[in-house]
Amino acid sequence: MDLLKGIPDPEVPVLSILDLGIVRDIRLYPPSGVGVIITPTYNGCPALDVIRMTIRMTLEAEGFTPVEIKTTLSPPWTTDWLSEEALEKLKAFGIAPPNPVPAVCHLDLFAPDEGVACPRCGSFHTELVSRFGSTACKALYRCLDCKEPFDYFKSH
Amino acid sequence: MDTHLYTYLLHLGDNALILGHRNSEWCGHAPILEQDIALTNISLDLIGQARLFYQYAAESTGATEDRLAYLRDVFEFRNCLLVEQPNGDWAHTILRQFFFSAYQMELYQSLQHHRDEHLQAIAAKSLKEVRYHLRWSGEWVVRLGDGTKESRARMGLALEDLWMYTGEFFKPATYEPALALEEPWRFQVHAVFKEAGLEIPSAPAFQSGGKMGIHSEHLGYVLADLQFLQRAYPGSSW
Repeated sequence: MDLLKGIPDPEVPVLSILDLGIVRDIRLYPPSGVGVIITPTYNGCPALDVIRMTIRMTLEAEGFTPVEIKTTLSPPWTTDWLSEEALEKLKAFGIAPPNPVPAVCHLDLFAPDEGVACPRCGSFHTELVSRFGSTACKALYRCLDCKEPFDYFKSH
Repeated sequence: MDTHLYTYLLHLGDNALILGHRNSEWCGHAPILEQDIALTNISLDLIGQARLFYQYAAESTGATEDRLAYLRDVFEFRNCLLVEQPNGDWAHTILRQFFFSAYQMELYQSLQHHRDEHLQAIAAKSLKEVRYHLRWSGEWVVRLGDGTKESRARMGLALEDLWMYTGEFFKPATYEPALALEEPWRFQVHAVFKEAGLEIPSAPAFQSGGKMGIHSEHLGYVLADLQFLQRAYPGSSW
């Protein structure tokens, strides 16, 4: 567990793969085998292949063998699995952390998503610039008070 | 795995892969940076979905996802004709995405209850992404339809060109489960069209064939590009 805590997400390096909630299960098979079950954030996330490889290298370097890494899709990943600590780390990094996932995800066009606080000045006086950002998990926002553009980690 | 499910997985994967590839052709060319990023994000989601379908199909035959994507020829692809249509202008690309996302949303909602558990899981996972695509493309349909004289005219032309391909979604192939998706799809399209000041054409949406491997001339060109590396350097890998 502690070893996996040291593995950062390649796209948002302030978060470890444990912070993100993508490690679903770890099983030890004595004497030295280990199985790790992970789940993708978004289906096309290119980081997953890198994460898989890093887990294998990290565990093998510590003498675990064989290392078995499996992927599960169900239940689908949600930002509700981000740890409290993860939300704080995101904010400190300048990314607005995701709001709690709404029970009903509405499809109303042009509806403002949710109140997103600027990670710099804390103002809720912000607007969506683009629903899609630099990675699949983020949207682009702008603060109307301090004028800074920022990433919002979409609630998903 | 029975052959119907296998072919169905290829069909679902091919739809996602070909539209994902088409959208990716916009990379570096979209009107503004944010929309360039949006389209390539959607591409990434779709190609991710295609991988899941191919991986699952490949498991049962000992093939690989790469073989399914790169080593099949036109007549072996089972995607709908709509997704292989050229990007055209922004209106064509947007409308194609909107028609497809509205369909994919109904489809995945329904596949969450499919008898096959793995397919259920892929559908439930992908559905979350499809809702983004539908909102984004729906908003653009409204912006263009209810925009300037020029954007409206272009939307009209896109509608004329693409409408005929939408009927194929709802004509089940032999390998497909029969799902009643047409009515909710039309409802969704109608709601957005109403805001955009557009009307659902009364002309029949008569084109079909892609699901059975009978494609328009465009797919060959898509594959020539998409499969270039494996055709020129067979077996090469990263």
